[in-house]
Amino acid sequence: MPEGILCNKKTVDTKEQLDALLSDKNGKQYYEEMNHLEVDTDALWASIQKTLKSRLKTWLEICAHCGLCAESCFFYIANNRDPKQVPSYKIQSTLGEMVKRKGKVDNAFMQMCMETAFAKCSCCTRCGIYCPHGIDMGIMFGYLRGLLFSQGFTPWELKIGSGMHRVFHAQMDVTTEDWVETCQWMEEEYEDDWPKLKIPIDVENADIIYTLNAREPKHYPDDIAEAAILFQIAGENWTVPSEGWEETSLAMFAGDWGACKIQVESVYKAMERLKPKRMVVTECGHAYRATVIEGPYWAGLKTGQTPVESIHYVEWVAEALRTGKLKIDPSKKIKEPVTYQDSCNYVRNAGLANIPREIMSYIAEDFREMKPCREHNFCCGGGGGLNGIGLYRQQRNVGLKVKRDQILETGAKLVIAPCHNCWDAIRDLEEVYHIGIRWSFLKPLLLSMVEVPEHLKPRDE
Amino acid sequence: MYQILTGPVLWLSFAVFITGCAVRIILYIKGLDWQADRVAYTAHMSYGLKGAVRSIVLWLFPFGTRSWRVNPVFSTVFFIFHICLIFTPVFLLAHNIILKQRFGFSLPALPGPLADIMTVALIASVVFMVLRRIALSEVRILTTFYDYLVLAITAAPFITGFFAHHLSSGYSFWINAHILSGEIMFVTIPFTKLSHFVLFFMSRGQLGMDYGIKRGGMKGKSFSW
Repeated sequence: MPEGILCNKKTVDTKEQLDALLSDKNGKQYYEEMNHLEVDTDALWASIQKTLKSRLKTWLEICAHCGLCAESCFFYIANNRDPKQVPSYKIQSTLGEMVKRKGKVDNAFMQMCMETAFAKCSCCTRCGIYCPHGIDMGIMFGYLRGLLFSQGFTPWELKIGSGMHRVFHAQMDVTTEDWVETCQWMEEEYEDDWPKLKIPIDVENADIIYTLNAREPKHYPDDIAEAAILFQIAGENWTVPSEGWEETSLAMFAGDWGACKIQVESVYKAMERLKPKRMVVTECGHAYRATVIEGPYWAGLKTGQTPVESIHYVEWVAEALRTGKLKIDPSKKIKEPVTYQDSCNYVRNAGLANIPREIMSYIAEDFREMKPCREHNFCCGGGGGLNGIGLYRQQRNVGLKVKRDQILETGAKLVIAPCHNCWDAIRDLEEVYHIGIRWSFLKPLLLSMVEVPEHLKPRDE
Repeated sequence: MYQILTGPVLWLSFAVFITGCAVRIILYIKGLDWQADRVAYTAHMSYGLKGAVRSIVLWLFPFGTRSWRVNPVFSTVFFIFHICLIFTPVFLLAHNIILKQRFGFSLPALPGPLADIMTVALIASVVFMVLRRIALSEVRILTTFYDYLVLAITAAPFITGFFAHHLSSGYSFWINAHILSGEIMFVTIPFTKLSHFVLFFMSRGQLGMDYGIKRGGMKGKSFSW
C-alpha cells in the first residue's frame, strides 16, 4: 500500500519525524505525497463499523433535509449563501457518502472530505442548536476528522501539531526545561515593577494549579507574567506544574484521538502529583474544551470530569472580582465602547455564557453585545484549527467576514477575546479587512485597571 | 377488499408499526456509548434527564427556540403540519365511531368542519413544503426523491380520506385507498425517515443530555435553545 515519507497513515511519535515534517516548507512535499496516498478502504469501513454508533447513525439517517441549518453556519453566510456550504449538505456529501459507500472511497474523495472538514467547518457546533432534530454536524465533522486522520488525510500543520503533542506533550516544541526557564526569566524580567513576583513551580497542595497554552511560553511569555501578577494581587496560593502544563490540543483538531489521550493524561498526572484544590485554565477556548470538557472521556474517566475541579480563566476572574480579591479602580474602567467575543468552546460548549457579562459589568462602562451573542454567537472564523492551516487561508479569510460585520455593528473599536483562536482570528481580520479595531485578552486590561495592594507596589513609587 | 384491509392487514400494520418503533428506541438507547459519544450518561443521570426534557419540550412548542423564532413562516407551517397530522386522525369522528364499534370506547371527536379545515391545512402545508424544496436553493440542494416520497406517504391518507368523505362518487375506491395509504404510512414509519416519529425524541433527548451533562448543564446554566 503506497504511502508517502511525510504523508502517511502513521502517527508522528519521534522528534526525527517531526523535524522531517517541519523542514518540508509549507508542506509542499507532504501535500504532493497526499495525492498518491492510497485509501485502506477495509480499515476505513472497519473503523466506521466499530465507531459509528446510534447517535451518529441516527443523525445521518433522520436528517429531514429542511435546510434550517443553512443560516446557522457562518461559512454559508460568508460565502454568499452558497448551497454547497449548507451544513447538512457538507456532512451528507462527505461522511454520509462514505458510510453509504461502505468506506469504498478513493483519494480524491478523501481530499474533498478533508477540505470540507477543515476549510468549511470549524466544528463550532452552532448548526446543532438550530436543527430541530438536534443533529450536531460540528460533532460529526470532528468524527470525520478522526477517520481522515487515521487514513493520513490531515492538513500538514495538524499532522505536525498532533505529533508535537505525542513528542513534547505540548502543541509546540517547548520542553520542560524551556518552560521552567521561561517562568524564571519572566520573574526576572518583571523584577523592577513587581519585585516580589514569583511563579511557583510544582508546589504541592496549592489552591490553584495554573495551566496554559504552549504559545504563551513560546511566543507570548508576558502573558505568563501577567497571570502571575494577577494571581499575586488576588493573594492566591497557586502553582504551575513543570510537566503537564499544556492545555491545548491540536490533536483534537486533527482527530488524532491517541494523541488527545496522551496530552490530557499529562495534565491529569500533574493534578495527581501536586494535589491542587482546583485547576485554572488560561484564556483559551479549545484548550479548556479539550482538557476539561472532552479530555476525561479520552482518558476513560467515567464521571466525565477532570481529577480536580477545573475552571476557565474567565471564571476565575469573575470570582476574583465578585469576592473582591481583585478590585477595579473605577476611574480606570474601560470608557470607550467595547464588545466581547464569546468563544464557542467555553460559551456554547461549556455553559459559561453568564460569566463574561459579569466580568464586563465590573470593567466596562459601555459594553456592547454582538448580535447574536452568548450560546448563539458565531465562531470567530478561525476555530477548529483553521487559523493554523496555510492551505485553507483563503477560505478562512472569507469566513472572517461574518465576525467582521458583527463587530462593526456594535460600533465598538475594542474587542475582548479571551481565547487564543478568537484573538488570532480577530487580529487577522483586522489585517485583512482594516476596520480599525483593537483586540485584547483580559489579563493586560485587568492589569491596567486593578488596584494594587501597598505591599506589592515597587519601592520607588 | 375492505374486509381484508380493515382486518388482518390493519392488525399487521399496527404490529409492524408498534414493534418497529419499539425496536428503534431500544436499538438507539443500546447504541449510546458514554465514551464514544463523550457524554457521561449514567454518571449524571439527573442532569442528563433535565437537559433531555428541556431539549425536547422547548422544541415541541412553536417559537420555543431561537431556531423556530428566526424562521417564523417555516415554523408556523411546520407546526400546523404536525399538529394536523397527529390530531386530525386521532380525534376524527369517523375513526372514533369505528373505535367505539370495535372496542367499545372512543375519544372526543372534532367537529366535522374543523376536521375538514385541518385536513385541508395539512394538504396545503405539504404543498408549501414541496414548493419550499423547489424554491429555496439551500433546501433544493439537500432534497432527494426520498424526501418527496416521504411527504407523499404522509399526505396520501389525508387526500384519500378527504375524497372519500366529500366526493359524491367512488366512495369504495377512495375509502380502500385511504385505509391502504394509512397502513403504508404505519408500516413505513419504523423503516424510513418517518422514524423521527420516535427518533426525534431520542435524538433531541441525547443532545439535551449532552448539553445537560457535559456542555454546561452542570455549571448551573441551562442551555438557551
